[in-house]
Amino acid sequence: MATFFGEVVVAPSRAGLDEEEEAREETPEDREIRRELEKKRYRRRGAGRAEIDVLWTWKSGGCGEEPLVCSRFIVAIGRNAAAFLSSFILDSVCWEVVGVVKLWNEWCRTSSTTNVLPTDSFCLFYRLISDPTVLLCQCSCYVAEDQQFQWLEKVFGSMQKEGLQVTILSTCPVADYKTQESTLTLASPFLKALKTKEFQEQVCCPLLEQPNIVRDLPAA
Amino acid sequence: MFVPCDRGGGSAPSDLKSFTLLMPAVSVGNVGQLAIDLVISTLDMTKVGYFYTDCLVPMVGNNPYATAEENSTELSINAEVYSLPSKKLVVLQIRSPFIKNKYRPFCEILLSWVKSSKCARVVLLSSSHAYQRDDEQLLGTPLRYLLTPDLEKAVGGLMQELNWKEMEKVAAYPGISDTDKVLHIPGGGITKLLFTESCSKGIQMAVLLKFCSEGDNIPDAFVLVNYLNEWLQLIKSEVNPSSQWKIPSSWRLLFGNGLPPALF
Repeated sequence: MATFFGEVVVAPSRAGLDEEEEAREETPEDREIRRELEKKRYRRRGAGRAEIDVLWTWKSGGCGEEPLVCSRFIVAIGRNAAAFLSSFILDSVCWEVVGVVKLWNEWCRTSSTTNVLPTDSFCLFYRLISDPTVLLCQCSCYVAEDQQFQWLEKVFGSMQKEGLQVTILSTCPVADYKTQESTLTLASPFLKALKTKEFQEQVCCPLLEQPNIVRDLPAA
Repeated sequence: MFVPCDRGGGSAPSDLKSFTLLMPAVSVGNVGQLAIDLVISTLDMTKVGYFYTDCLVPMVGNNPYATAEENSTELSINAEVYSLPSKKLVVLQIRSPFIKNKYRPFCEILLSWVKSSKCARVVLLSSSHAYQRDDEQLLGTPLRYLLTPDLEKAVGGLMQELNWKEMEKVAAYPGISDTDKVLHIPGGGITKLLFTESCSKGIQMAVLLKFCSEGDNIPDAFVLVNYLNEWLQLIKSEVNPSSQWKIPSSWRLLFGNGLPPALF
């Protein structure tokens, strides 16, 4: 591809592959950086995967782990959604911490501490004391692409999914919203929803119109 | 990997024996995926299932082929399978890129699903960087095809009649003569890998690709889908074939929102 100045550059491909080309043009420093990153991500256990640990406080760790009976699971993904829950829902009287996700990627690291500051990156699970089947997750850390599936399997793997209703809260920039008119004149913030056909209750806001989509952990 | 939809009643929708599987490669300009969108939308195909996989970036949205309020609220995800039993056609649509290092596992799982579901053949729609063409490729048609040896026996003659051009092999070391010729599909995503794996596994696969560049790839999609139609005859092509393909509603606003009036 030629640029305005006549230089020829390799166009980034939406195919996203170009693995062979990348390997050839990588400098020794790039290779070193990539190896270090891989070592940090896929360290220990040698399973070759970016390990995510889900630690539940009610599990003694080890054998005989029964799935958590859950009727409602509310997941808040991203700092805004997590802040919403902190401001309006969570308090230390009605909710108790029951779990934490420990992960590391190039963007953030979470720890196994449950005593977090709002500015930290964390992923915590709370349970309503008056009804222990109501679970809440505050995930303010970024879960990388190659960790999302694992997060999903480990979190939902600990739950009994019969009769479970899941609500996912997330935010997206208004600039990303595709609409006929300009987003400048849109009254924001506004709510949109996506629901599975099994969800029979009334939705409190309009459904997300095509061609808008949701990606990353909320989509997963 | 493949999860069938619960359609309740009727015959097993996941019986794909002797069907043709049509699928895209995520490639330059997303041409294959756009062409597949046209096929699904025009033939009004029914969703029969999806792939539950950790190899693709997750995404979800409402029905991209919605034609009315009633059918616009079905969720759609990144890898879904549609079928049209009357034409013995099953289509896989892929809507997001591969997660790093996951494209090989995906190819393996896909090909083993092809074998286990006993599809008769696979047709892969793809594209390749136009700027990587050599002098000869710059002339003539930008469309190419490839056939695995098993499919060559069956339809090789037809390709000759259609006057199609086979994808040329290039020198392994350009500039040096007398080197081996290899298949090179820059910008083609998993096309080359799927093709070479199919050759070695005895799967009947055809690749149809177009040379193109990133940009407004809708015309490229039309060209590719008409090329496909010359062979598979999915729609009647006597009249202007391009006008017969139905553009899905999700193709709106591909290049951004409306402009703020205050700009002027």
